[in-house]
Amino acid sequence: MSLLEIRDLEVSFNTPDGVVRAVRGLSFDLDRGKTLAIVGESGSGKSVSTQSLTGLSRGAHVTGSATFDGIDLLTADEHQLRGIRGARIGMIFQDPLSSLHPYYRVGWQIVEMIRAHDRSVSKRAARDRAAQLLSMVGIPHAKDRIGDFPHQFSGGMRQRVMIAMAMSVEPDLLIADEPTTALDVTVQAQVLAVMRKLQDEMGTAIILITHDLGVVAEMSDEIVVMYAGQVMERASRRDLFYRHHHPYTEGLLASLPAQGGKGTRLSPIKGTPPSSINPPDRCPFAPRCPYAFDKCWRENPLPRVVFGDPSHQSACWLSTDEATRREERARMVASKLSAEEPA
Amino acid sequence: MTRTTTAEGQGNTGSDEPLLRLRGVKKHFPVQSSALIRGEQEYVHAVDGVDLDVRRGETLGLVGETGCGKSTLARCIARLYDLTEGTIELDGRDISTLSRREMRPLRREIQMIFQDPYGSLNPRRRVGSIIGEPFAIHDIGSRRERKKQVQELMELVGLNPEHYNRFPADFSGGQRQRIGAARALALKPKMLVCDEPVSALDVSIQAQLINLLADLQDELGLTYVFITHDLSVVRHISDRIAVMYLGKVMEVAPVEELFETSRHPYTRALLSALPLPDPDLADRREQIILVGDMPTPVHPPSGCRFHTRCPKAQPDCAEVVPPLEKAKDDDSADHLTACLYPMDPDERLSRARATVADSEIVADDSALGGVS
Repeated sequence: MSLLEIRDLEVSFNTPDGVVRAVRGLSFDLDRGKTLAIVGESGSGKSVSTQSLTGLSRGAHVTGSATFDGIDLLTADEHQLRGIRGARIGMIFQDPLSSLHPYYRVGWQIVEMIRAHDRSVSKRAARDRAAQLLSMVGIPHAKDRIGDFPHQFSGGMRQRVMIAMAMSVEPDLLIADEPTTALDVTVQAQVLAVMRKLQDEMGTAIILITHDLGVVAEMSDEIVVMYAGQVMERASRRDLFYRHHHPYTEGLLASLPAQGGKGTRLSPIKGTPPSSINPPDRCPFAPRCPYAFDKCWRENPLPRVVFGDPSHQSACWLSTDEATRREERARMVASKLSAEEPA
Repeated sequence: MTRTTTAEGQGNTGSDEPLLRLRGVKKHFPVQSSALIRGEQEYVHAVDGVDLDVRRGETLGLVGETGCGKSTLARCIARLYDLTEGTIELDGRDISTLSRREMRPLRREIQMIFQDPYGSLNPRRRVGSIIGEPFAIHDIGSRRERKKQVQELMELVGLNPEHYNRFPADFSGGQRQRIGAARALALKPKMLVCDEPVSALDVSIQAQLINLLADLQDELGLTYVFITHDLSVVRHISDRIAVMYLGKVMEVAPVEELFETSRHPYTRALLSALPLPDPDLADRREQIILVGDMPTPVHPPSGCRFHTRCPKAQPDCAEVVPPLEKAKDDDSADHLTACLYPMDPDERLSRARATVADSEIVADDSALGGVS
C-alpha cells in the first residue's frame, strides 16, 4: 500500500458567480521517499488539491477519497487531523515571511513546533534539536541565530527555517507549495539541495507543487500535469519530458525559452486559460488545442493509459498508440511551418 | 550585433557610436534610520560603478539576483532616478545632468515597461486613455488623431482596438503587459527598458509576450535593455548579456559565449543553478551551490565583491578590485570579465578551494553536502 492514495478528488466552492470547480477528478499514489510534482499554471487547481487534503481549504466542498497510511483524510475529524497535520504531514508555502510569526524568535517557533507534537521533549532538548536542524539546512552559526527574529533572515534563509520547522518532527509526507518561486536561482539551488538531502536521510515523501518545469525535471520521480482543475497527464519524469502524450504538455514544453537563442520563435499556447466557474462538459483544453476535433468538443476525456505503459496516463482523445501519436505531431509541426512561411 | 566596439572603445563616431553609453554610473541611497543612531549617514550602494554600452538595435540582457542593482540601473537609464555619480550618454549627448524640463523631450527616446502588470496601470482609467497619455503629455495630435493612433498601437501589440473603452481590470495579466507595451511605444522611442516584463506571467502567456517583443523590435528597429532574473528567457532574447552582482557588472559577453565559456565564477554558479527542463541534462551537469547569502550593499565587501562566496577566491581578491576587461586571448573583444582568476571552460568550480582568510562559511557548507 502506498503512503498516500488519492482517488477521484473533487473540490468545489460556491461563489456568487456560480460553482467554481477547482479540482475535478484527481487520482494518484505516492510512496515513501518519492517525489511527486504537480505542475500547472495559475488557477489550475494544483494548490487547492493539496490544501483540501489537510483540511485547509475552508468553505470547500470536497468529495472522493484520500487515504494517508490507512486513514481517510477527508472523513477524519478535526482531532484526528490535528495529530496528522504538522506531525505526519509537513507543509511549506511560497511566502516564508507570512508563514513565520514576526513577533517570535525562530528558535522559539521551532521549539514550539516540536513540543506541540510531543510534550515529553524537554525545552532544552527541543532547543538543541532546533539548532541542529537549522545547521542541517545550511544556516551558518545556527546556535547563535535561533535567538533571531524572522525579519533578520533573508528570503532564502527564511524558507530554510520553514523547511527546518516542517522537518523538525520528521513527517512522513512534506507538501511543498511553490517552495522556491520567490527565491533567486542560486538560493533556489540551495533550498532544493536541502530538501533532497533531508528526503534521503528521513525517507520523506514529497508533493512538490510548482509551475517551473525546470524544478520539476530536477526534483521529481513522477509528474501530474493539471489544467483547469483536471489532470491532463501523469507520467514518470523522463516520460513526461521525452514521451508526453497530451497536447497541453506539449504546448507547455514548447512555450519554454529553449536553447535556441535569438531569432528562434517560441510556440506559445494560443489563447488564455478558461474560467473554472460552471465549466462545460468537454475537454477543457479544446479551445486552445491545435489537435482538437469534434469529439473533444462533445465529451470530456478521462485519464487513460497511453503507449501501453500503465504508469503513463493522459486525458486526451488522441491515439494512445505511440507511433500514431508521433505521426500526428509531425503532421502538426509541418502544417504550422507551411502556415508561417508566407509571412 | 558583431560590431567590435568594446565597453572601453571610445572616440568612435557615426553609426558605430553606441546608442547609450554608461560610464562610472553610481546610485547610492541614504539609509534612513542609521543617521539618527550612529550620527553618520550610511548609504546603500545599489549601483556602484557600471560601465556599459548599448548598441543600436540590439537587446542587452541584464541579469542578476535580487539586490544586485539591476532594477536601479534600469531606472537610472530611464532617468527615473538621478545619478549619484557618472554619466549616461544617449546618442553622444550626456543626459545625466539634464533638468526635468530639459529631459522632457528626451523622455520620448527611452521608455520603460514594468514588471507588475497590476500595479503599473491606473485601475480607474480606460485603456484608451492610459495608452494615449503620452500623447496628452507631449501635446501631440488632436483628440481624434490620438484615438486613431491609440487603436493602431493596440493592434500592433495584439489587443482588440474595440476594447478601447475598457478598464485594466477587464484584462488578464498578459494582456495588461501588452497595454504597458503599447503605452511605452506610443512616442516611437528608440529604446525600451523592460524591467522583468514577463516574470509575473505563466509560461504559455510569457511565450506570447516574448514573441511580441521580438516582432516589435524587428518592425520598429527598437533597442532593448531587458532586465530579468530568468536566465533562460534572457538567453532567448538577448544579443549580449551583462551579469551584475552587488551593484557591479561581473561579466558581459555575447549570449552564446557567456553560456559556453563564461569566465567569472559567479556567472558559472548562476548558470549552473538554473533548473533545466530536461531531465537528462539536469542529471549530467555540474551544479555549483553557493554558500551563504549576498552581503549587504550598505557595506559591500572589499576588493572583488564576490570574494566572500567565491569557491576559488585567493587572498588578493579581498584587496584588489578587478577591472572589467578581456580575460583571455581566446575571448572575443566583446567579452569582458571582472575577475583576477578567470576560469577555463573545463575548470571544475566544485573542486576549487578558496584560500581567502574570511571565507569561513565554506566550512559550514560541509553540513549541507557541499557541491552536488
